[in-house]
Amino acid sequence: MSIVEVGTFLLKGLGTTLATVVAATLLALLLAFLVGILRTTRWKILNAILAIYVEVFRGSSVLVQLFWIYFVFPFFNIQLSAYVTAVLAIGLNYGAYGSEVVRSAIRSVPKTQLEACAALNINGFLRMRRVVLPQAIVVMMPSFGNLQIELIKATSLVSMVTLSDLTYYATVLNNRTMQTTTIYLALLIIYYLVTRPFAFGTKKLEKKLSIWRA
Amino acid sequence: MKKIWSWSFAAEIFPDILKCLPVTVGSTLVAFVVAALVGLVLAVLLQTKIQWLRKILLVLVDLIRSTPLLVQLYVIYYVLPNYGLLLTPFVTGVIGLGIHYSTYLSEVYRSGIDAIPKGQWEAADCLGLTKLQTWLKVVIPEAIPPILPVIGNYLITMFKETPILSAISLIEILQEAKILGSRSFRYIEGFTIVGVLFMAVSLVASFIVVRVTTIVTRKYSM
Repeated sequence: MSIVEVGTFLLKGLGTTLATVVAATLLALLLAFLVGILRTTRWKILNAILAIYVEVFRGSSVLVQLFWIYFVFPFFNIQLSAYVTAVLAIGLNYGAYGSEVVRSAIRSVPKTQLEACAALNINGFLRMRRVVLPQAIVVMMPSFGNLQIELIKATSLVSMVTLSDLTYYATVLNNRTMQTTTIYLALLIIYYLVTRPFAFGTKKLEKKLSIWRA
Repeated sequence: MKKIWSWSFAAEIFPDILKCLPVTVGSTLVAFVVAALVGLVLAVLLQTKIQWLRKILLVLVDLIRSTPLLVQLYVIYYVLPNYGLLLTPFVTGVIGLGIHYSTYLSEVYRSGIDAIPKGQWEAADCLGLTKLQTWLKVVIPEAIPPILPVIGNYLITMFKETPILSAISLIEILQEAKILGSRSFRYIEGFTIVGVLFMAVSLVASFIVVRVTTIVTRKYSM
């Protein structure tokens, strides 16, 4: 088989990889903003609970979390498909990392901005939405760009819970044809090409959002 | 009905899992040394003014950073033997993990090197130090202490990446838990123990990193 044929065979897994990436990214973003913002508030108990979530998911490995959800949840009579498992594990993990990015970015907004808000009687949600977040997002973007690439790479692990993504098809083809060099070389190239649009997109977005830099 | 969590089974398998902890910690430490050294060499080479060498290195770094570690491990483990290079899972894992993270660490070193005031380079030049002396006696000792916390974070990140090495049949703690689980069809205890072990060791490691950072900073701060 030529490298082109190998490539086209592997592309069967591209849809699964992309679907995992998109769903996990959305879940991670949602969690990152929710947890990150809530952790800057003064509710002590909520803060402690969220801190535990963040530490648990940052403190152990994605693969362990993936296996835990896949093998352990059925004991509680929760049957999740491999896809849902993958999205949950990766989304929760990168959500935890992202929430720290959001939290530190919000912290980095100068205190004078908050004082100015108080002087103008802008409070609560409006202050977060119109003053704090636009400035904080500019700070978040470079880290988010890196995390996005990390997340795409992490999806290669889902082949280990039987989800048929790019890496899974490479293993299957390798077992069948033993053309190891061509197959894994093609796989490396495909992953590289998959990350490029995301890297380009986040860079573009970063530039676009920088008009909010105070 | 089967009990969800059995303490007696957990106690039974705990020693078996603990026995594999040295593999996990050992592969982390060796891989970290590889990453720290290769990363430093990369960072120094990237400072070169020879443009074509710089371009090639940048593309290489970008390639390694944009592809999954799992696939890179497969390449080292399954492809290299075709060319006569047969490596054990441990060596493969250490090289793969080490080289993957060296590209991240080179970026960290670069930020440390960039932070050195231009005056230091000029002063070294005035004192007649050679290029090598400038790097070894001036630049590196000044560049490293401020970036130690970040380097320490990467050590902990690498520790948490080691379960991936189970994919190339290295028996570390996750793989051991999986084997024990498949033997008894009880996965919950094994995987929970592994998760808790990872958190415990990460916490201890982060404590050590903070201590080392404060000691080194005190010693080298001007």
